[in-house]
Amino acid sequence: MNAMTDAGIVRCALVGTPNCGKTALFNALTGSRQKVANYPGVTVERKAGVVHTPAGLCYSVVDLPGTYSLRARSPDEEITRDAVLGRLASETPPDFLICVADATNLRLALRLLLELKRVGRPMMLVLNMMDIAKRRGIEIDVKKLSAALGMPVVTAISVRKGGTDAVMAELDRFVLTSAGDCSWTVPSAANLRTDQREADAIIRASVKMPAKPDTLTSRLDAVLLHPVAGLVSLFVILFVMFQAVFTWAQPLMNLIDQGFGILGTQAHDLLPPGILQSFITDGVIGGVGSVLVFLPQILILFLFILLLEDLGYMARAAFLMDKIMGGAGLHGRAFIPLLSSFACAIPGIMATRVIDNKKDRLTTILVAPLMTCSARIPVYTLIIAAFIPNTTVAGFLSLQGLVMFGLYAAGIASALAVSAVAKFFFWRQEMSPPFMLELPDYKLPAPKSVLFGLFTRAKAFLYRAGTTIFAMTVLIWFLASFPTAPAGATGPAIEYSFAAMIGHAIAPILAPIGFNWQISIALIPGMAAREVAVAALGTVYSISGGAENQVGSMLAAQWSLATALAFLVWYIFAPQCASTLAVIKRETQSWKWMWITFGYMLALAYLAAFATFHIARALGA
Amino acid sequence: MLRESPPVTSHCTPLGRAHPGFRGRIDAIDAKGNASGLSSEELERRLIELGFVEGASVEILHEGAIGRDPIAVRVDSATVALRRREAMAVLVV
Repeated sequence: MNAMTDAGIVRCALVGTPNCGKTALFNALTGSRQKVANYPGVTVERKAGVVHTPAGLCYSVVDLPGTYSLRARSPDEEITRDAVLGRLASETPPDFLICVADATNLRLALRLLLELKRVGRPMMLVLNMMDIAKRRGIEIDVKKLSAALGMPVVTAISVRKGGTDAVMAELDRFVLTSAGDCSWTVPSAANLRTDQREADAIIRASVKMPAKPDTLTSRLDAVLLHPVAGLVSLFVILFVMFQAVFTWAQPLMNLIDQGFGILGTQAHDLLPPGILQSFITDGVIGGVGSVLVFLPQILILFLFILLLEDLGYMARAAFLMDKIMGGAGLHGRAFIPLLSSFACAIPGIMATRVIDNKKDRLTTILVAPLMTCSARIPVYTLIIAAFIPNTTVAGFLSLQGLVMFGLYAAGIASALAVSAVAKFFFWRQEMSPPFMLELPDYKLPAPKSVLFGLFTRAKAFLYRAGTTIFAMTVLIWFLASFPTAPAGATGPAIEYSFAAMIGHAIAPILAPIGFNWQISIALIPGMAAREVAVAALGTVYSISGGAENQVGSMLAAQWSLATALAFLVWYIFAPQCASTLAVIKRETQSWKWMWITFGYMLALAYLAAFATFHIARALGA
Repeated sequence: MLRESPPVTSHCTPLGRAHPGFRGRIDAIDAKGNASGLSSEELERRLIELGFVEGASVEILHEGAIGRDPIAVRVDSATVALRRREAMAVLVV
């Protein structure tokens, strides 16, 4: 390293094609010293971290979104282009670029690298996944490659301990020169073709490829991409995923539930009776506990999504679903955002950025909130456990699990229906844009990076539980506790509170769909986050009932089955999430689309709940 | 990847019409009059970015259940999924 390090910290940026293992390398280099935030004004994730080399140098690293070219066809790719070119106002331009390439698939990576070279910044190339390349018999002459490309080339196995030692050593050796002139212009097809030919020539000269490609991937794909077996496998995977969410999580959930129960009793005994006791036990412990109990389910769902993504299966799912989704006016690529929306619509809507066509992206954003997100799970499980008998159907299927599956299926079906209608009304004369996607080879997920992803998700959920949900819990406790009952009052105290006033005010509107005023109250804080409704119902009922009973058994005693079913159906459709609406506003840069989403979801929720309630009643529920 | 420039032949077919198991080489990219809704220049650029350049070897590995669409194509060292409509612009021998 030269003297430039004294002037300040050296900045480098990781650039590479999608699926090159860039993020795994970033995690391996920075470990826990990383920060995830957004670029100002856009919702593109900015991942930055610090690398400490063995020689004691310190680098700041940003992990830029993957791209095939600097032509920038999506907001993500625009960030990569602008960061590399030093055009981002919020960001000091990188001092050098670390280009990351999948050693088993160098063609596209080297073409991108030749394009990046024109930017004029110092560069190095990291050949990632060298273990897989070696196992497959791919021989890369690193020295020759380095000479041909005119930059240092090092190998790495990001997922193995010590696998990035060579990268670290190169960072210590790397001689930083100042950036040269930028001769980059938007490449034409002819430019791209010339670059690809040059890249292919370099590969021919320095890489020996085996005769056969990855046989494991071909053998797996023979089944998983088979026209019939592939679709069957996809649905089996999804079904297992939902059964797992419902059954595996149960022991852990019971444990958390019991823990909060004990905590509540302890607090109740320790504190003198009065407002403080009520606040701590009903408001804080009861409220937060009833939401935290769903952490295991959310983690299991994310575990499946992360594993499928790291395995390389997600792109296959998009391939299998393209025609089916296309029939509903959706793009095959919409499958990944929509699947993420099962965890939470917010990352799902943000993931629509991979869809480069604006109309396709808007349709996907419009229907993403209909996918059953994990915040609905608390609501669904509570109602299902309270009202659906725990019996088995056909000998092995849990009836409760089946109802859950049905709720998910209803969400998916309505999303497809809405997108078909949207396509018809808004852009029926438009051509549907191309579906072109790389299908990466299958890879065993690295446990470390999966755990890392899970940890980030858990942290985000706990943070929400600790802030928004906690604040809403306190608010609902306040609304349900004040003003206090007058002396000599006969009814329960909540009947005199603000909550009752609001609930009674909107109850007539919701009465036709079978909702009582307690539900009406719970729906209001439920706008902050769907799962808050569970805490709110808990607060409303535990205060009005006086006893510290399970919310579920309380509801089973108070609601008719028709009301419970209407409530479930309401939750399939209702736009009960202010954060989702805020993200839609931000991603579409328009209030119009946010209000369209809110309006159509509310209308669907009301109509569907109305129909469910009256049909159930007519059938005697 | 070890290959010479392909000979120019007149009897080439669009990749979009080929069946699974087809193996060949790309003879030309001709996106003029394509039905993808993109300009021919743009479709050509996207195809090249995914590795579809003259001389690359291609093999159709899989096809979708409905309308035999989309197709999964091995292009040299990578596998790419695309619809037959766009694959019509890839002329193969």
